[in-house]
Amino acid sequence: MSRALKSREALLGGAILSMVALIAIRFPQFVAPSNLVGTFNDTSPLILLALGEMAVILAKCIDLSVAANLALCGMVAAMMNTMGIPLPLIILAATALGAVVGMVNGLLVWKLDIPPIVVTLGTMTITRGAIFLISGGKWINDQQLSESFKDFPRSVVLGLPVMAWVAIVVALAFAVLIGRTPFGRSLFAVGGNPNAAIYTGINVGRTQALAFTLAGALAGLTGYLWIARYAVAYVDIANGFELDVVAACVIGGISIAGGAGSVAGAVLGALFLGVIKNALPVVGISPFWQMAISGSAILAAVAINARERRRAGRVILKTAESRA
Amino acid sequence: MSDARHIPDRLDRPLRRLLRSWEFLLALVAVAIFIANSLASPYFLNPWNLSDATYNFTELGLIAFPMAMLIVAGEIDLSVASTIALASTLMGAAATAGAPIAVLVLIGLVVGLFCGAFNAVLVTRLGLPSIVVTIGTMSLYRGLSYIILGNQAYTAYPTGFAYFGQGYVFWVFSFELVLFVLMAVVFGALQHRTSFGRMVYAIGNNPTGALFSGIRVARVKAILFLLTGLMSGIAAVCLTSRLGSTRPSIALGWELQVVTMVVLGGVDILGGSGTIPGVVLAALVMGLVTFGFGLLNVPGIVMSIFIGLLLIGVIALPRLWSRLKPRGT
Repeated sequence: MSRALKSREALLGGAILSMVALIAIRFPQFVAPSNLVGTFNDTSPLILLALGEMAVILAKCIDLSVAANLALCGMVAAMMNTMGIPLPLIILAATALGAVVGMVNGLLVWKLDIPPIVVTLGTMTITRGAIFLISGGKWINDQQLSESFKDFPRSVVLGLPVMAWVAIVVALAFAVLIGRTPFGRSLFAVGGNPNAAIYTGINVGRTQALAFTLAGALAGLTGYLWIARYAVAYVDIANGFELDVVAACVIGGISIAGGAGSVAGAVLGALFLGVIKNALPVVGISPFWQMAISGSAILAAVAINARERRRAGRVILKTAESRA
Repeated sequence: MSDARHIPDRLDRPLRRLLRSWEFLLALVAVAIFIANSLASPYFLNPWNLSDATYNFTELGLIAFPMAMLIVAGEIDLSVASTIALASTLMGAAATAGAPIAVLVLIGLVVGLFCGAFNAVLVTRLGLPSIVVTIGTMSLYRGLSYIILGNQAYTAYPTGFAYFGQGYVFWVFSFELVLFVLMAVVFGALQHRTSFGRMVYAIGNNPTGALFSGIRVARVKAILFLLTGLMSGIAAVCLTSRLGSTRPSIALGWELQVVTMVVLGGVDILGGSGTIPGVVLAALVMGLVTFGFGLLNVPGIVMSIFIGLLLIGVIALPRLWSRLKPRGT
C-alpha cells in the first residue's frame, strides 16, 4: 500500500490534481464538469498516441513518425470521405494504413538493424511529403466532409464524447495487453535486456516490429478521429505533435532506455500535458508558452527518472563514467 | 548487430583503400550529379549560379562538422535548429533595440555556446541520454523563441549585417563559402590530426575502455556539445543575415538535414567511425541535388521526401549489400 502511494503514478496523479485545484481556486469555471470533460476529450488523441509510443519505448526503440503518420491517415480518411466511402470502411482503412506505415518502421529496424531514431526521422519527412503528393498541397475543409464523418467522434454516449470513450477503451485494452499477455511481457524483456531476451527464446526484432505496427495502427485510428473532430485536413496537421507524445511518455515515467513503464503512467503523462494545455488560456497565458513548457517537462522528467534509477543502485562502471 | 568489428589480416594498399572508400564513392556521385545538372539545365554552369548553389549547404555544413564529431563520440544533438531559432530571436531583439553589428554577432555566438553548454551539463553531469535531452531542449529553445516572438517577426537589422549571409569575399566566393572551407579545414585538422580527435574515436568505439585509458570522457563530450552549440550560433548569424528576418519557425527541421548530411558522409550513427572529408563531400552532394531540383522547379516538400529516403537508403544499402554477400568473404 505504501509502495503504491509512493509510486510515480500516484505522485503524478497527485501533481495533476493539485494543479487542477490550484487553478480552480482562482478560476472556478475550469473545474466545471463540462470543461473537465472537454479537457479529457481534447487530450484523447495524445493519450492514444502515448499508449502506442509506450509500447515502442518499452521495447527500447523510439517512434518520431507518429504525428506524420496520423496526418497521412487523417488525410486519406478525409479523401475517402469526399469519395463517399462508408464510415466503418474509412476507419478500418485509416487504421490499416497507419499499421502499414508502422510496420515499415518496424521492418527497417528489425531486418536492417537501422537505429529507430534514424528510421523514424526519415519516415517522418517521407510521410509528410507523401501527404503533399496525394493531396496536391490542398486543404480539405468543413464543407467537403460529410456530417456522419464529423459527428461520430463528437456524439455523446453516457456523458462522454465517443473520442474520449475510444481513448478509455484502448487504455483498458492496453492494460490487459501489457500486463496480462506474453506479448506484453516480451516488451519488457526486450527493453530490459535484449541479450537475455534472445536466450529466453524471444524474437527481439519481431517484438519491436510488432510494437511499431501497434503504434502505427493507433496513429491511423487517431488520424481519423483528429480530422473528424477538427473538421479540416492539410499537410501540416499535428506538426511537432510527436514531441508531445514522447514528452507524455517520459513524464509518465516510461524509461527511454526501455523495459520500464506502465499504462497508467502513459495516460497520466498525457493528462498532465493536456491539463496544462487547456489551462493556459483559462489562466490567461499565451498558448505560445506551450512548447517551452513541454520541453522543460521532458527535461525535468528525465532528470527525475535518472535520479530514481541511480538511487536503486546499478552497475558501478556507469556511475564512474558519468562522474569522470 | 555484430559485436566485434571485422579485423582484416593485412591492410589494403593505400590506393586500393582509397578507391574502395565511402569518400571516393561520394566524390563520384558528386561529379555525376554535377554533370547531370549541367546537362539538365543550361543555367547551371554559370559561376554566379554555382555560387548561389553553395548557400544550400554552407550553413548546414557548418553545423554538420561538430555534429559529425559528436556522433562519432556516440552522442547526438537534435536541438541545433532550435538553437538557431533562439539565437536568431535574441539577435533580432537586440537589433530592434539598436545594437551594433558586432554586438549582434556576439549575441549569436554566446547564445549558441550557452545552448550547447546546457545540453553538455544535462548529458555529462547528470548522465542523461543525449537523444532525450536534446529532444527536450529542441522543444525548449524553440519554445522560448515562440514566447518572445509569438507570431511576430524581427526585420529591423542594420544594413551592414547583411554581409555575413549575402556578402562576397572576392569575385563569386561568398563569405559563407569561405567560412565553410575554413571550418572544414579546422575541423578536419581537429578530428584527424590532433590527440583530441583520437580521443573522440576512442570514446565512440568503447567509452568504458576510453575512460580506463585515462581519457576524460565527460569533458571531451562536453567540449563537443559546446562546439556544436557554437557552430549553430555561427550558422544562426549567417542564416539571419541572409534572410534579413527572424520568425520562431526559422530553420525548422534542420536537425534532420544536418544528421542526414553527417550520415551520408559515412559517419556511423552508432559512433566510432567517420571522417570530416566525407561530411564535406556529403554537403556538396546534398547541395548540388537540392540546387538541381530547384532548377527543375521541384517543390521543397518533395525534396524533403528525397532527403528522408536518402537518410534511410544510405544506411540501409550497405547493410543490404553485406547481407547479400556470402559470409566470410
